[in-house]
Amino acid sequence: MLTAEEIHEIKEEFHLYPYKQAACIEALKVVQKHRRWVSDENVKDLAELLEMSADEIDSVATFYNLIYRRPVGKYVILLCDSVSCYIMGLETVLQHLERTLGIKYGETTADDRFTMLPVPCLGTCDHAPAMIVGKDLYRDLTPEKIDEILNSYK
Amino acid sequence: MAKIKINGKELEVDPNKNLLEASISAGFDVPYFCWHPKLGSIGSCRQCAVVKYRDENDKVGRVVMSCMEPASEGSIISTEAPQAKEFRANVIEALMTNHPHDCPVCDEGGECHLQDMTVMSGHTNRRFEFEKRTHNNQYLGPFINHEMNRCIQCYRCVRYYRDYAGGDDLNVFSSRNRVYFGRASEGVLESEFSGNLVEVCPTGVFTDKTLKKHHTRKWDLTTAPSICVHCSVGCNTIAGERYGTVRRIYSRYNEQVNGYFLCDRGRFGYEFVNSDQRITKYIIPGSTEGVSKSAAFDFISKSIKGKKVIGVGSPRASLETNFALKQFVGSENFSVGLSKRDYQLAKLAVDTLINGSVKSPSLKDVEKSESVFVLGEDVTQTAPMLALAIRQAIKNLVKPKADKAGIPQWNDAPVREIIQSAHGPLHIAAPVATRLDDVATTTYFSAPENIARLGYAVAHFINTKLVLPSGLTDEVKTLAEKIANDLLSSDKPLIVSGVHCKSSEVIKAASDVATALKSAGKSVSLSYTFEESNSVGVTMLDGKPLEELFDEAKSSKAGVLVIVENDLYRRLGKEKIDAYLSQFEQIIVLDHNETETTAKATVVLPVGTFSEADGTFINQEGRAQRFYQVFVPETDTPESWRRIAELGNATEKPFIENSFFDFTSSVANSLPQFKGIANIAPPPDFKVLGQKVARESIRYSGRTAMKANINIHELKPVNDIDSALSFTMEGYHGEAPSALTTSYWSPGWNSAQAINKYQIEVGGALHGGDPGLRLIEPTVDKESYFQTIPEAFKISAKGLTTVPVYRIFGSEELSTKSPAIIERSGNAFIGLHPADAKRAELKNDDKLEISIGGQLATVNVIIMNELAEGLAGVSAGYKGVNPEMSEVTFKK
Repeated sequence: MLTAEEIHEIKEEFHLYPYKQAACIEALKVVQKHRRWVSDENVKDLAELLEMSADEIDSVATFYNLIYRRPVGKYVILLCDSVSCYIMGLETVLQHLERTLGIKYGETTADDRFTMLPVPCLGTCDHAPAMIVGKDLYRDLTPEKIDEILNSYK
Repeated sequence: MAKIKINGKELEVDPNKNLLEASISAGFDVPYFCWHPKLGSIGSCRQCAVVKYRDENDKVGRVVMSCMEPASEGSIISTEAPQAKEFRANVIEALMTNHPHDCPVCDEGGECHLQDMTVMSGHTNRRFEFEKRTHNNQYLGPFINHEMNRCIQCYRCVRYYRDYAGGDDLNVFSSRNRVYFGRASEGVLESEFSGNLVEVCPTGVFTDKTLKKHHTRKWDLTTAPSICVHCSVGCNTIAGERYGTVRRIYSRYNEQVNGYFLCDRGRFGYEFVNSDQRITKYIIPGSTEGVSKSAAFDFISKSIKGKKVIGVGSPRASLETNFALKQFVGSENFSVGLSKRDYQLAKLAVDTLINGSVKSPSLKDVEKSESVFVLGEDVTQTAPMLALAIRQAIKNLVKPKADKAGIPQWNDAPVREIIQSAHGPLHIAAPVATRLDDVATTTYFSAPENIARLGYAVAHFINTKLVLPSGLTDEVKTLAEKIANDLLSSDKPLIVSGVHCKSSEVIKAASDVATALKSAGKSVSLSYTFEESNSVGVTMLDGKPLEELFDEAKSSKAGVLVIVENDLYRRLGKEKIDAYLSQFEQIIVLDHNETETTAKATVVLPVGTFSEADGTFINQEGRAQRFYQVFVPETDTPESWRRIAELGNATEKPFIENSFFDFTSSVANSLPQFKGIANIAPPPDFKVLGQKVARESIRYSGRTAMKANINIHELKPVNDIDSALSFTMEGYHGEAPSALTTSYWSPGWNSAQAINKYQIEVGGALHGGDPGLRLIEPTVDKESYFQTIPEAFKISAKGLTTVPVYRIFGSEELSTKSPAIIERSGNAFIGLHPADAKRAELKNDDKLEISIGGQLATVNVIIMNELAEGLAGVSAGYKGVNPEMSEVTFKK
């Protein structure tokens, strides 16, 4: 069941589009904002709210890599794996993250704090390697810098 | 017409087509995946690359996708230029990187468009040596098998299923290499047209699950042109057999009728042919185990001698069979096999088409209509392919939006973007919710009387000289006016009605609306649906309704009753039929499957289904269409008309007709309404290059081995005296006249897409014209109106008034003997208005014993919000339910 707050926020989006179906992406983002991810049940509830089929909602949800259809931790680490970051030491950074957190791409730490995912290009090649944690962008990454960054997320 | 040049050949083509269509129509082989004549172009697969030159001096040119370029004046292209060939080879190699190359275990193998295109593009050596992505497959119900690993991401499935057929439970998920076509969660595909995925998918992602259970390669099937027996639309099919069982039904292209597609009942309902309820023995009194043919006929000739014989024909039997029976028993002793009410309805509809001024449309005409008004029918359940055609028709008024923007109609993605979900007017008036409601402009749910009254009101607002029914609410008047204005604002309105709500008033009102539109100068058409494959044929043949025949038989003391391919318990209540049957000394039943009627017979004679018989059906349009025997059965199950001739020959009334052509010629020559039906297909002595047309392919395997248990020497092929087809691989294998097409094949084109080679231009008529003959054309120009306005529906004090509710899976007799259809049929049900249900303290899924005319049936309760109060929607055609559908009563 979607919460009253979620439904309210989604309905706010309806005003911005000619059809309420067009608010599909925003609706998914609202749900994700409140729940970190979008479950099968949420997909069905959204389908009802937007008068679409679950298949149509899920088609959109699964297309976008930043809509999470599986549970994620409190903070999602999006590590850039495009070519500039690769040249500038992605592998060292990745190994360090894997060792420190004890997880690989697509996994979540046991304390539910971090989920790590690859992302192709954050548009900051001049400061590679780069990553996003939660909503914050970090650049010119080194193992030392990473320890400091991770410690700041509780 | 535009002058263009393809590979140096000068051509004149329609500039509204694209270069891929022009190339294929001109006979050039250009590989493609995502384009389909009915779906248009989206340019997604990049397989149809050609080189286009700026002008005659341009020797370099540039690679373009031929499906995305208009065939505009002066276009010069090469399909064979090295850059184009190299481009295509690279594309197919990339597409194939994730394909599992599992052709030997794939059901599509041997008739796979992907195989054909891969060979055509020259990708013969695989270089990709990395891991392939794999997917989990889904359960999609009893019809369709899912194997996602074979997918090449052409998007045809979702474009067909969603955009063309209006389904919303199949979609594409994820992105990049992981793109997945399926459902959000496992489950039955809900569209009534899901089976076309089998033919639309270029490879083996969606395959026929019923075929899988007795899989046979295309080249090992014995195939013949057939006509679907599961409704009155008469879709053209190709039926395939091996080892004495029918293995699958494929669509047979007919531009005028079903085009490329079939409904799921037509595609998957065939297994009644292979049923264990098939009748294969001669039964006479005292022998339930069966006797020899001669013993059976000895008994018959003895017991018939000197007795009066009467006969009951059938709307599911061929015209020739009904004709033979009528000849055998005499016109005055022949019944069309319908109840009085059903016969009156069918006759009214047929007579309206014959004597009226409005044309009955082909499905192609339906697709070209611009506004639609449906009266009293849930078309998807009663004439499914007509509903699919209506879905296309309602796009016609909004399509010009694209023309204004300069976008050609074949350019599917932008056309859809401009149209969005807009569509032309579709107004539906029906007793219960219908499966076209999702695209309806307005819906009106009420009793048949009120639907007729709405119809008459619409006719009034079109032509104010016509009477406006009195006592209409303002709401209904406003609705009628809106419908009238919508119909008047388009050039090609279509009125759809039929026999399924069992109301002559609805049929008449529909005719009045159509006639009024005709007099307003519209190019209007009127389409009636009927219950069975040959309802129109048997009605045009003429005979008595069951009640009349049986009542007369009582006074004339007829002793022998012959029933052909008809289960009378589906026509009238059990008590009535029991009483009628009890008056005869002998009841001789000819049928192919056991029914309640065969259980009452004293003599049962086995006969063939559509796959063991030649015959002619007349469809709801009035089109006579020929179907051919597919194979020689090992059982003694000849065509019913042949069996009736045997009966005649065993008595004092021998037949002069001996073969199918004799019979069909007799029908055509003796009855003016059937003039010309003998010539709708080539005669049996027709030959191409001195040969009959072969039912089996040149690659047919195991013909000696398969009968080695009978005789190690190969058996002599059976000569088909009835048609221009041969039963074996001996014969002509090229393109035969369209009525004799046994399968589609052309060098390099092994899949169903070989149909391109059989058409004058892709998506158009077949070479030599589409088969079939329209027997009904409007001849009179004078308007005639019925204007018999019924009283408004009143809630009965005695009980709820029954309206029959049809289900595509469950209501039709023959398909419900097929396992896959049974799985989808569900239980008999009664639909109730929420207030009526509340009064009776009933809720959804409650089990209930209902009584219709004293006949009890156990049904499930379904609350139907759209149903009018005082009505009960009872499942039609379900076992045990009284087909008379009068008032219904029940106790909880």
